[in-house]
Amino acid sequence: MARYVVDVMPKREILDPQGKAVLGALPRLGFEGVHDVRQGKRFEIELEGEADEARLEDVRRMAETLLANPVIEDFTVTSVPGETTEDAQ
Amino acid sequence: MRIGVVTFPGSLDDADAARAVRLAGHESVALWHGDADLRGVDAVVLPGGFSYGDYLRCGAISRFAPVMTEVIAAAGRGMPVLGICNGFQILCESHLLPGALTRNDHRRFVCRDQRLRIENVRTPWTSSYAENAEVTIVLKNGEGGFVADETTLEMLEGEGRVVARYLDVNPNGSLHDIAGITNERGNVVGLMPHPEHAVEDLTGAGTDGLGFFAGLAALGVA
Repeated sequence: MARYVVDVMPKREILDPQGKAVLGALPRLGFEGVHDVRQGKRFEIELEGEADEARLEDVRRMAETLLANPVIEDFTVTSVPGETTEDAQ
Repeated sequence: MRIGVVTFPGSLDDADAARAVRLAGHESVALWHGDADLRGVDAVVLPGGFSYGDYLRCGAISRFAPVMTEVIAAAGRGMPVLGICNGFQILCESHLLPGALTRNDHRRFVCRDQRLRIENVRTPWTSSYAENAEVTIVLKNGEGGFVADETTLEMLEGEGRVVARYLDVNPNGSLHDIAGITNERGNVVGLMPHPEHAVEDLTGAGTDGLGFFAGLAALGVA
């Protein structure tokens, strides 16, 4: 099984109200010195077969087509080598 | 005219939109998200709500619904398409309109009678308004903050594609106080406020919204 992680984050210049809400809550819980929080999304994707450049490219296309909105979000795709869902559990 | 109103799973305002269409003297035609069929309508309304539970991003899943393939193709041929609230989000996700709608900057759901200025009356959806008409139309949204990069904003402003702008207060952090925009051709309009809730004196804040549905007939758009 080829496993990939797609991280999607709001672009730096886009206001991130959810991150701001978390940032506001942390000091109230006693966590000091938190300078900034930004909130994004993480997708774990498993594809049949072995990880290769073609599958990586497929995941990139998934990310730019559906998982992220390039107008407001950036994404990174990471290949997770030698690990399946069963291994992780 | 026959105006289609699309129902997605989680659409909320399709019944009100259909009612507004009828009050404006048109025939309303129910369209289903899962059918790649526009049933021969002359125009399409994408109503408000929370299609597909707003999963992933507002409008992100709806954009790939079978009916949207037909809507996108018809919009390309010049068919009038109006997206209200969630419909606006779907139009942005479909790339029929530029920019995106993001969570309100103040992080709270907003529900108010909103004053607007109708700045572009050349679209089929706004042609019944006087230029720069000031109207009051209900607004209710959690993710209504319009954002776009500076180049896009300059283009929208320079080409007169800001259809409606918030007056008095900016209710959701939209850049340039933008409440609604249109595409280059002027047939596709996205609007965050809800004109379909402002069509009868009995409910809501007057009837200023009716014009969005009344203009089509005057143009004889088909």
